[in-house]
Amino acid sequence: MPSANLILQALASGVFLGALYGLIGLGLGLGWGLLRQINLAHFAWVFLSAYSTYELKTRLGVDPLVCLLLLVPLFGLLGTCMQALLARFAITPFNSLLATFGMTVSVESILQLIWSADFRRMNSHYDELKFRLGGVVVTASEAITVLLAVLSAFAVWWMLYRTDAGKAIRASAEDAPMATAFGINASRLSLLLAGACAALAACAGVCVALTFTLAPSQIYAWVGVVFAVVMMGRLASAWAPLLAGLLIGVSESMTMALTAPTWAPLVSFTLLIAILLFRKSDA
Amino acid sequence: MNKRPFLKAIGTAVLLASPLSALRAQTKPIVVGSTLSLTGPLAGTALMHKISGEIFIEQLNKRGGLQGRKVEWLLKDDQSKPDLARTLYEQLITGDKVDLLMGPYATANTLSAMGVAQRNNKVLVSNSFGIPSLAKYDMHFPGYVMGADPGTTVPNTLVDAILAGGATPKSVAVVTSKFPSVVFLSTGAREVFKKRGLREALWLEWEFGNKEFGPIASRLKEANADFLWIGTIGPESLQLLEAMHKIDYRPKIHFHVYPTPGPLAQSPLAANALTLTTFEQHAPFTNNPAYAEVIKTYNERAAKANLPDTVFELQAANAYTGWQILEAGVKGANSLDDRKIADWLKANRADTIIGRIRFDGPNNYGDDFNRIKQLQSGKWVVIHPKDMALPGAKMAL
Repeated sequence: MPSANLILQALASGVFLGALYGLIGLGLGLGWGLLRQINLAHFAWVFLSAYSTYELKTRLGVDPLVCLLLLVPLFGLLGTCMQALLARFAITPFNSLLATFGMTVSVESILQLIWSADFRRMNSHYDELKFRLGGVVVTASEAITVLLAVLSAFAVWWMLYRTDAGKAIRASAEDAPMATAFGINASRLSLLLAGACAALAACAGVCVALTFTLAPSQIYAWVGVVFAVVMMGRLASAWAPLLAGLLIGVSESMTMALTAPTWAPLVSFTLLIAILLFRKSDA
Repeated sequence: MNKRPFLKAIGTAVLLASPLSALRAQTKPIVVGSTLSLTGPLAGTALMHKISGEIFIEQLNKRGGLQGRKVEWLLKDDQSKPDLARTLYEQLITGDKVDLLMGPYATANTLSAMGVAQRNNKVLVSNSFGIPSLAKYDMHFPGYVMGADPGTTVPNTLVDAILAGGATPKSVAVVTSKFPSVVFLSTGAREVFKKRGLREALWLEWEFGNKEFGPIASRLKEANADFLWIGTIGPESLQLLEAMHKIDYRPKIHFHVYPTPGPLAQSPLAANALTLTTFEQHAPFTNNPAYAEVIKTYNERAAKANLPDTVFELQAANAYTGWQILEAGVKGANSLDDRKIADWLKANRADTIIGRIRFDGPNNYGDDFNRIKQLQSGKWVVIHPKDMALPGAKMAL
């Protein structure tokens, strides 16, 4: 019989992992829902940010949280440039999948060229800083990830629902010609939104560097589960990816703690199918 | 009748048969074809094989090559994909018409290449094939010298090493990735441990590529076995150690099947970790001065290639061994004929950097050359068997 401590520890692990899934899914879902782009390069930005954090910390001793201050605006600019490029060639949603996949492969090659294909692990003092609640241990790295995921979801919600720019973005996504008729500059807003999505990827990248071993090929290891998070949540939603991420993360962790760890992916994808079926019948 | 085409044909035939043409064929380099995973998830380790192979070819050519001809290595990137490896080996044989083959990196890719080699009756020397029972092709020769039944010999060697080190574990937890060559060893280990009187406190498997090790670590902490067998490949070892460290659990004795040695050596969490090796960059392995240059050059090139671990060990040594087997076969048979090379190798032993190896056992496997090494003060040192251990080294507990 598993102990209460084992279950609670697995729950904590699931919450942390789910928050990270949600954080990565947040930027992806926003771009998908509001820009109509399936941006596979989002995963590449996450890892580019993770490697940048690794490099800044390992070589220059920069604190990973300070890296955030540098990387978030930088990636915002990168996302804006990418959007300008995609807009310049009037790329369709389906073609965006292909174009951004190409970018992902290019970024993977660049990462491999600079850091080699071998595994890299960033050591930081946040790993050693632990919080104990009874027998449950949570590291500062995990707490930072959960906090950043919640703050990011809140920031996106606030931007979308409490600012004029957010309202304009939603209006533009819902009915672009009508929004334009009301004087909304959709292309300028799309640049802003793409920048925000890439900034979220940078944020997620710092979290990945804090807690995971890095290898360029790991980019693809996140695609399936994060897509599941985005589909399980609703596109262009601020809180749904986080909630869906938590559901998947916790279900994976509990499965690993209570049954065979090999069943974990099966459980999360079964959940996805069940939710999609339920939604369909609901409609 | 126009006699010109006829005369031209005669002239060409004479020219082709001339000693000059024969000389040209003799001076043409011998081309050895292979793939390696230069990109993709296996690239980190395959790069070690590339560096090792390049050094071997350079030195072989300095020694005069093979049969008085220079040797060239035609290397293609299989992107860590077994299906692509199969296609590329077809291409090497039928399109590039290489003279000899060398194996790719990793078990699955080698299996793909083996099928192609078998269809074309070519000798295939592998350097990292992990499941000997699957090597059914009679012209396949393993450079990773692990014996015909490593599922039994490896865990037995490990238990011997632990007992010789003064520890007397009563229970064992066996946790493993489902990566084929790893799960195969882990499954064999379970049986050996039972026979050697160890109580199995926990048995768990996970899918290769798993990211979340927290719950597995928690279950290991609950099981609290005296000895932990970790069936991992690549970064999984470090991920599991980190997850255990997070919940303040430190396994008493921990063995890792195929970890990435560099990052593990750099982590304080991996102190006293045990793993396998066939060669380590210390005495008595380095006692042979003939290999000093090889090791030195490898260290320099690995550093230049930005590898986290520049030490010449298991992977580099197995790759080098593979090339030495091929050289021994060609020189021994005095021919490039694949059948003659295979026959010679089966009947003789090859001198390699890891030792003198034989191929007269099941599936051309001979002895198991796996030794047990331990991470002590940030460096890997062989601790078992005694005759191959670093002089004075003992298992740290």
